[in-house]
Amino acid sequence: MIRVVLPAHLKTLAKENREIELDVVGVVSQRSVVDALEQSYPVLLGTIRDPTTKKRRPFVRFFVCEEDISHDDPEAPLPADVVSGKEPFFVIGAMAGG
Amino acid sequence: MSGVRVLVGTRKGAFILESDGLRKKWDVSGPFFGGWEMYHIKGSPVDPNRIYASQSTGWFGQLIQRSNDGGKTWDPVGNQFNYDGVPGTHQWYDGTPHPWEFARVWHLEPSLTDPDKVLAGVEDAALFESTDGGELWNELSGLRNQDSGSSWQPGAGGMCLHTIMVSPKDPERIYIAISSAGAFRTDDGGKSWRPINKGLHSEGIPDEDAEVGHCVHHMAMHPSKPDTLFMQKHWDVMRTDNAGDSWVEVSGNLPTDFGFTIDVHAHEPETVYVVPIKSDSEHYPLDGQLRVYRSRSGGNEWEPLTKGLPQSNCYVDVLRDAMSVDSLDKCGLYFGTTGGQVYASNDEGDSWEAIVRDLPAVLSVEVQTLA
Repeated sequence: MIRVVLPAHLKTLAKENREIELDVVGVVSQRSVVDALEQSYPVLLGTIRDPTTKKRRPFVRFFVCEEDISHDDPEAPLPADVVSGKEPFFVIGAMAGG
Repeated sequence: MSGVRVLVGTRKGAFILESDGLRKKWDVSGPFFGGWEMYHIKGSPVDPNRIYASQSTGWFGQLIQRSNDGGKTWDPVGNQFNYDGVPGTHQWYDGTPHPWEFARVWHLEPSLTDPDKVLAGVEDAALFESTDGGELWNELSGLRNQDSGSSWQPGAGGMCLHTIMVSPKDPERIYIAISSAGAFRTDDGGKSWRPINKGLHSEGIPDEDAEVGHCVHHMAMHPSKPDTLFMQKHWDVMRTDNAGDSWVEVSGNLPTDFGFTIDVHAHEPETVYVVPIKSDSEHYPLDGQLRVYRSRSGGNEWEPLTKGLPQSNCYVDVLRDAMSVDSLDKCGLYFGTTGGQVYASNDEGDSWEAIVRDLPAVLSVEVQTLA
């Protein structure tokens, strides 16, 4: 079971006010986690990545185990602690001042 | 009893203001979609309970929301705006070719006859259509692919298609406007388009009388005279009486003819309203006085309307889609400011009252007149 933490706006869209738990089939990677997330919550299609190219939106970041993995290969396996559910997969809206 | 529903889009959410036909006491609901930029919200003329809303942020992109109960509840519908075919390029700020990239929906124009049909004007400039209530969107690519498309270049606010008007007398005739390409018209329901900018004169472009490249800010039309259009250009207020084949300037005695919004009285096709803004470098009213100007002669002769509007220390802006009219008698007018006020007049603009204050910056105001 993969734990996913969404930013506030996406929680609202998904109508979830808590951490999300997802079953991910196969290799657990950025791509497979977001695939599973979009499958469970179609309203999130296009909000995290381009629905056609699958490219991450510029102001969205992915954090795991206190690391920013946004620029890693989206197919790369995620750390064991994320796969085991010990650590969540964070979807982050980049900070902006003003 | 009749009433009005005012749909307000702001930088940080949507608000709905409702009143009975007297338009004196207002109920405010919202924010809906708090924290999101709500560029435009507009109801179907056929079914006022059907409302479409454009919801976006720079972080999480574009959603389209639809309500079937007058804005009480909303459901997300389709948000895939894919340019038709290989999109090609337009000009970038530095003059180099730049691929067309979808940024957001600026304007939603529900059909005059079918609540499931709606047009969307987007940035980078293109026109999309949905015929199933907003679930699926298809580009009317004849616009972008007409001769000048590859030469369009964004202005400072982005290359947005912000105005869409369908002729009530001929649904095949559609007018649109793009910053900063100009105005365009189709007479075959969107298959083919041509620029309609003859008579526009813009000092900010190399060829001041060019066929395209003019920064049109907004256009308005009275439904009984769909060949007569009024335009607030970057500078200049213009009119055409031949569906855009030629334009003449009607700025007349306006104290400044820069501005963003323009609208037409619901019952008087020659009564036009603008909100003059000081200049392209100072986006606020002249002398700190917020004044709507009304012409009862289709332009040229303008009178300031000030009663109830701040006449000192007012430095807000009124954006292009932030004015609307109701069709009650007397005609009501509404406009929103970047300072978060929505002003209303229930007497054709003679007097004004802020029906809500301190909202986030207002991006759009649309009014539904309810039976």
